[in-house]
Amino acid sequence: MDAYLPALGGGLLIGLSAAMLLVLNGRIAGISGLVAGLGRPGERRLADFAFLVGLVLGPPLFSVIAGHWPAMRIEASWPVLAVAGLLVGFGTRLGSGCTSGHGVCGLARLSPRSIVAVLVFLASGMLTVALMRVAS
Amino acid sequence: MSGGARILAALAAGLLFGLGLALSGMLDPARVRGFLDIGGAWDPSLVFVLGGAVSVSALGYGFSRRLARPALAGSFDLPTSRRIDRPLVLGASLFGIGWGLSGFCPGPAVAALSTGAAPVLVFVATMLLGMAAHGLQARGRR
Repeated sequence: MDAYLPALGGGLLIGLSAAMLLVLNGRIAGISGLVAGLGRPGERRLADFAFLVGLVLGPPLFSVIAGHWPAMRIEASWPVLAVAGLLVGFGTRLGSGCTSGHGVCGLARLSPRSIVAVLVFLASGMLTVALMRVAS
Repeated sequence: MSGGARILAALAAGLLFGLGLALSGMLDPARVRGFLDIGGAWDPSLVFVLGGAVSVSALGYGFSRRLARPALAGSFDLPTSRRIDRPLVLGASLFGIGWGLSGFCPGPAVAALSTGAAPVLVFVATMLLGMAAHGLQARGRR
């Protein structure tokens, strides 16, 4: 159980971030939406950009506090990463959200669209990994 | 109500999000794929991350419902659609395939830019291309 305390603690911080952005700024902490929104003009764009700057600075802050960088093992080859990136970029826009917008924020709001989206991307992700296991 | 306060609040919230991702272990694509790999040595970490995040996020949402407007902005900017349609299901399916292939979703990928690792740059660059492709396609249909 202790092995999952960092996961739970990290999750609580992510939830606190989403709650803060909603209560203070009235905004959903959906990363794909915030990133895509940078390409469109709007009064919220500067604050959205600031959120993303904070997001990028989070891991270095962690490394200062913890004394080491978080683990990051990337198994996929560059061509696979490129295909995955295209699918994630296109898919999250078509489906109006990702793990943060539909997952962290949408599930908390009991949004029917988000509940369906989360079930679909979990199933699709699990199926993809299972097929890759069979193929290798 | 000032824009400066709103920008600082967003920066602080982003920092907390990135810190949470780093602490949770979700910056590690191998760990995320371990969660999606139900046929292998299943790693339930993501359940704890999502469970913790959704609980606090729900408390924040419940609190926000009692407010006439957000503390630093004029109005709440929330999605209102409740329709389960084809784009939602197709988009979530495509996203899931990319997520399974790489172990990256947008949040951890953007946060991991700070490592400067080349594979992360490849993923984020193609993710932006995918988003732009959707923007073009959506504009073409209008």
